[in-house]
Amino acid sequence: MAQTTTTTGAVARPAPAAVVERPSASLWRDAWRRLRRNRGALAGLGFVLFLIFVAIFADVLAPYSYTAQNVTIANQGPSTAHWMGTDQLGRDQLTRLMRGARISLSVAVTAQLLIILIGVPVGAIAGYFGGRVDTLLMRFVDVMYSFPDLLLIIIVMTALRAATAQKDAGPIISLLAQADSLFAGLLGVFISLALISWLTVARLVRGQILSLKNKEFVEAARALGASHVRIIRQHLIPNVLAVIIVAATFGIPRAIIVEAALSFIGLGAQPPEASWGVMILAGYNALRSYPHELIFPALAVSLTVLAFNFFGDGLRDAFDPWMKK
Amino acid sequence: MGQYVVRRVLLLIPVLLAVYTLTFILFQLTPGGPWDKEKPLTKQAIQYLNAKYGLDRPVYVQYFSYLENVVTKFDLGPSYKQTSRTVTEIIGQYFPFSIVLGFTAMGFAILIGVPLGIISALRHNTLVDQIAMFLAVIGVSVPTFVIGPILIFLISLELGLLPTGGAPTGSALQLLEPRNWQYLVMPAFTLSLLPLAWLARYTRAAMLEVIRMDYIRTARAKGLMEQVVIARHALKNALIPVVTVAGVLLAEILVGSFYVEFVFNWPGIGRYFVTSVSNRDYPVLMGTTLLFAGLVAVMNLIVDLVYAYLDPRIRYS
Repeated sequence: MAQTTTTTGAVARPAPAAVVERPSASLWRDAWRRLRRNRGALAGLGFVLFLIFVAIFADVLAPYSYTAQNVTIANQGPSTAHWMGTDQLGRDQLTRLMRGARISLSVAVTAQLLIILIGVPVGAIAGYFGGRVDTLLMRFVDVMYSFPDLLLIIIVMTALRAATAQKDAGPIISLLAQADSLFAGLLGVFISLALISWLTVARLVRGQILSLKNKEFVEAARALGASHVRIIRQHLIPNVLAVIIVAATFGIPRAIIVEAALSFIGLGAQPPEASWGVMILAGYNALRSYPHELIFPALAVSLTVLAFNFFGDGLRDAFDPWMKK
Repeated sequence: MGQYVVRRVLLLIPVLLAVYTLTFILFQLTPGGPWDKEKPLTKQAIQYLNAKYGLDRPVYVQYFSYLENVVTKFDLGPSYKQTSRTVTEIIGQYFPFSIVLGFTAMGFAILIGVPLGIISALRHNTLVDQIAMFLAVIGVSVPTFVIGPILIFLISLELGLLPTGGAPTGSALQLLEPRNWQYLVMPAFTLSLLPLAWLARYTRAAMLEVIRMDYIRTARAKGLMEQVVIARHALKNALIPVVTVAGVLLAEILVGSFYVEFVFNWPGIGRYFVTSVSNRDYPVLMGTTLLFAGLVAVMNLIVDLVYAYLDPRIRYS
């Protein structure tokens, strides 16, 4: 490898202390290299990072407070003072959009974490132990699957809303109500989202584990006396990570849409919270006279979801050799 | 094949039962009657109303009696909000509108999405392919309650081509008349965008795989014209995975109709469901949920059966 030829063409001896350098061949770096070549995915990633930045620093970046009303300047179109205009109560839309970004992202990410925390162990157990455990779990998943998910979410949210609005509630309900106000009325959204979406993740993980289970390194580990838990944790899960990461990346825009959808029919964030769904509803109601109140939140949701989907597509293609069965 | 059919149909019963139980539990957990929103009633009035609607019976009695009513008499109970009507009546009035909307949307999705997918596959990696797939990503990403108002804004308010929403009152059969189609176009198109995008992507992927198969090479080597190769050999096999997606899409259309009906003020059961949420009209919510979940389960079954019919390998697994 370190052989060189002199100008006369004679071959020189390699220097004994030469270290062989070659690019790292780890799978992660390989995936990153593939991802880099996908411009759509990079654009998506860029927008996502921008959004995260805005969401975290919304309070600092925003020119106004998201609750500050000034009815005298209500319903104005974009201007130098208000880059995205004002809404029907005179609140600055740009500020409210930033606030909405924070809500959407925090709901989506939290829900995804919950989904992974539930779905991965269930899928791993089902896939690894197989047999009756597997059949039972998958039957349960099948039944839940036949329930239209948005329907279930709406019902759960309705139940939760009604339960927490009760005046003389039991101890469990009041605890739920307190947790709910901690999450700005969005606790139900987390719960219902997690309830539906963990199924997909469980299935994906189970599929991956099933295909990995019979590989040699698992047999070797077992021959060395590794316990089941150790095998799952040390050997199988890292190999399943690619699937989990891609599922999470696609789950986030879905969660954002569900949150906006719930807010659109009045079941999600409550006013004066500035969820994107709430803003779209207001914009829809004001569509005839003040279209800018719809267009900006609509653009926000669309661009965000598109960005995540492009990035997710690119990520899936980048991880492709890992996920080939 | 017969054995497979019987097995799958029998499997439907526990699924439906589980759906019913789940829905029932959720609605039992929702406290308060539908009369909380109105003027405060005296305790006696509340007691009387509870007795009248059978809400004071123990839970398991309600569970079985409601189930019995649904299965034997198709009686889904009275509406709490429109007290003179039963849920079945209400569903019967609004559901046909939803059906028309759903079928039209599915029609759009198939008639536009599948050819789009085929053309994209045949013109793989050309500009046509890239534009089509870009539009498909948008269709999959942007939700209906975002696209709907934007379409209303562009087409109804700015260009004035179509009405902003609504539908002729009365029977849904009026929608079969061409003069009423202007009301149907935008809602159906908005509803079709997601399935359309899915179908385009799936058809393209399936077609791309099939084209590389050896039997296609054989057909071409035999000297058949390209159209014949595609139409007679490639298409049939490519459509098999598309059929499996169709079931999921029908379910999506069902649930997607909530938002489309709401945005376009379409008098379907989806819009009624959404308003029932804030009205707390529980029997209607329960009845509609059962209806939808049942429909989805049945549709999944039909799709599975069609898939087993098309692909003999499935039946014997």
